[in-house]
Amino acid sequence: MLRFAPPLALFVLAAPLACGLMGTVLPAFGFLPALGGYQLSTRPFADLFGQPGLWRSALQALMIGLLTTAISLAMVAGFVCAWYGTRAFRLIQHLVSPLLAVPHAAAAFGFAFMIAPSGYLARLFSPWATGWERPPDLLVVNDPAGFALIAGLVIKEVPFLLLVTLAALPQVPALRSLRLSQSLGYGRMMGFMFTAWPPLYRQIRLAVFAVIAYASANVDVAFILGPTTPQTLPVRLVGWMNDPELSMRFMACAGACLQIAVTAVALLIWVALERIAGPVAEGICETGRRFRRDGFARLAAGGMMAASALLVFGGLGVLALWSVSGLWQFPSALPDALTWRTWQRTGPALSGPLATTIIIALAATAISVAIALACLQRENETGRTGGNRALALVYLPLLVPQIGFLFGLQLLLIAGDADASWAALILVHVVFVLPYVFLSLSAPWRAYDGRYEAVAAALGAPAGRVFWRVRMPMLLRAVLVAAAVGFAVSVGQYLPTLLVGAGRFPTITTEAVALGSGGDRRVIGVYAFLQMLLPFVGFALATLVPALLFRNRRAIRGL
Amino acid sequence: MTDPSATHATGLRLENVAIALGSRTLVSVDHDIAPGDVLTVMGPSGSGKSTLLAFIGGFLDPVFSARGRVHCNGTDITGAPPQTRRAGLLFQDPLLFPHMSVGGNLVFAVPPSVAGRTARRQRAGDALGDVGLDGFFDRDPDTLSGGQKARVALARVLVSDPAFMLLDEPFSKLDAGLRDQIRRLVFERAKARRLPVLLVTHDAADAEAAHGALIELAPAASDGAGP
Repeated sequence: MLRFAPPLALFVLAAPLACGLMGTVLPAFGFLPALGGYQLSTRPFADLFGQPGLWRSALQALMIGLLTTAISLAMVAGFVCAWYGTRAFRLIQHLVSPLLAVPHAAAAFGFAFMIAPSGYLARLFSPWATGWERPPDLLVVNDPAGFALIAGLVIKEVPFLLLVTLAALPQVPALRSLRLSQSLGYGRMMGFMFTAWPPLYRQIRLAVFAVIAYASANVDVAFILGPTTPQTLPVRLVGWMNDPELSMRFMACAGACLQIAVTAVALLIWVALERIAGPVAEGICETGRRFRRDGFARLAAGGMMAASALLVFGGLGVLALWSVSGLWQFPSALPDALTWRTWQRTGPALSGPLATTIIIALAATAISVAIALACLQRENETGRTGGNRALALVYLPLLVPQIGFLFGLQLLLIAGDADASWAALILVHVVFVLPYVFLSLSAPWRAYDGRYEAVAAALGAPAGRVFWRVRMPMLLRAVLVAAAVGFAVSVGQYLPTLLVGAGRFPTITTEAVALGSGGDRRVIGVYAFLQMLLPFVGFALATLVPALLFRNRRAIRGL
Repeated sequence: MTDPSATHATGLRLENVAIALGSRTLVSVDHDIAPGDVLTVMGPSGSGKSTLLAFIGGFLDPVFSARGRVHCNGTDITGAPPQTRRAGLLFQDPLLFPHMSVGGNLVFAVPPSVAGRTARRQRAGDALGDVGLDGFFDRDPDTLSGGQKARVALARVLVSDPAFMLLDEPFSKLDAGLRDQIRRLVFERAKARRLPVLLVTHDAADAEAAHGALIELAPAASDGAGP
């Protein structure tokens, strides 16, 4: 049976991708029988290029993708190089790691609530330092240059890149390289950068590409924080796709093709930058400078990391506070009164989306964990890991802009009368959940000491018994953490839910994003708080269940 | 269930066994181990001695290729699944299952022919007492000392009623004083049960204490292309 697991995983990941891409490209050239498009034409592209401000939108998506990635990577690299192996490293690592579970939209709302002219930071410093008695008339959120959007993406991509880097660290001799370069007289930061970072970067390269793809094609965060006149390309595309005028969909698909091109160009530029960065770094290295006075740089690297984490935590706290606040006028730092009124008022409308969110997330996570376990167990039987090719495949859904194939998938599902069904919705979530579950589970699974299984089998236990009685309990925590990661990913999905659900399956996330950053702060607070609460409950269970189950087993209880 | 001391016990027979990695032969052995005897295979690390154990136990990594037959008490077990070989495995780490109690580890090993929860627990408790660990049934394995863990590992192997023993440097991680004690205990129990024993080690003292035949492996050819 396990023999079929890898092909099944391949099918689950690649089939929606391939069908979706086809379903996007054909309508982009005018072919969509359901809407009367029987002939190939370049009309959709002509319509697209006639849209005002199109090139600005596209260029902005490109720049946002590249800048977000460059800043996030610089922050993570600077932090790891400056602090690896210290207590401060572990401290900040523990501060940043949980942020991976926070859905993008919730983090973006929290960030907006912090930095807006009437936001929490302005309140903290007003009026005593700024003299503001009323919010200043500044366009901080939704600024035309997209700085707020870039910052909002960076604070969420930093935890992702950091965790991927942490997972790769054991595979390179980082500490020995650091000690060696230090004994040769190099400063801590550049010593690590010259010796340990290059092999580390090679390990996390696909994740960096995933960040480029995500940031250049992001919809939900751009909708909340991004520029409005014009909006970035992906946001405009979703608008056209959901336009009541059905013929707009041809143009939307042409736009999705443009988005794929934009992301591809961003990736190509990045690869070119890599080519340049390598020799430049070598040149600097060959001068023999030791960079011993790196105290300030190290402080800056650690400070930025901590600040970005605190900003997110602060934002989440402010969200929670808004959801229970009564009157809260500018520039008071705290609301005048606390009340459950907003919760009571939104409660009836919440239960439907909440149930939908949980059902989809549980189902998608269960399917993904089962597939990932079967693949890894198959790998364990054959002794062959898929290698780099398999890893690239797992990353595939994360490297193609979501819009690029979700548009086509939606059209195909409509044509097959299967859109807005539970099955379609859950399966499209699996496409995005499975890669994260697999990436999270594969490291501990492969690190497992196979001699335990040898002992169990030699004692006469059949394969099933070895798996369920020995390997699974010992890896229970890893499996539950992977499930919690998958659950969090599913809860945070916006675009797949919106498009494949055809608006008929509202979840906490789609409802929250729909409110936009200009909406009622108290209601946004309620939705965003729930958005972050769900993943938190998942991770809490993943920690508590093994701790409780194995409370008398010191070696594996974990707490 | 077969009685290990039955008359048809003829020991462990390794017939022209050779294990290769690619074109390079790591080990070749042709030897009979009589019941109660010990064959020691000595060699430095990387010489392939653990690979030999993996082959006999049925866990050979598919990257290796193996020739030859293994017979246990007259039965050819070369292609048998590890579950039916009844190999008693001891590694240098005790590898007690960390999620089970000490007793749970032993009950897991009791053959399925012993039916009923009470009977199985009884058998496990007796085996614990046999290695001087009465009253340890409900303990967390992680709270045991190194010597106690080694005893539990031995008891777990013995309670599974093995047909032969495969020892992979099982004493190398123990303190000097303790090593001698555990070594004597293991060999004594194996002899009492008339089990053929295959021991791989790089410690000459192990080989001496085993009082049996000795095969020395050459160091692996250094070709500079190792992992």
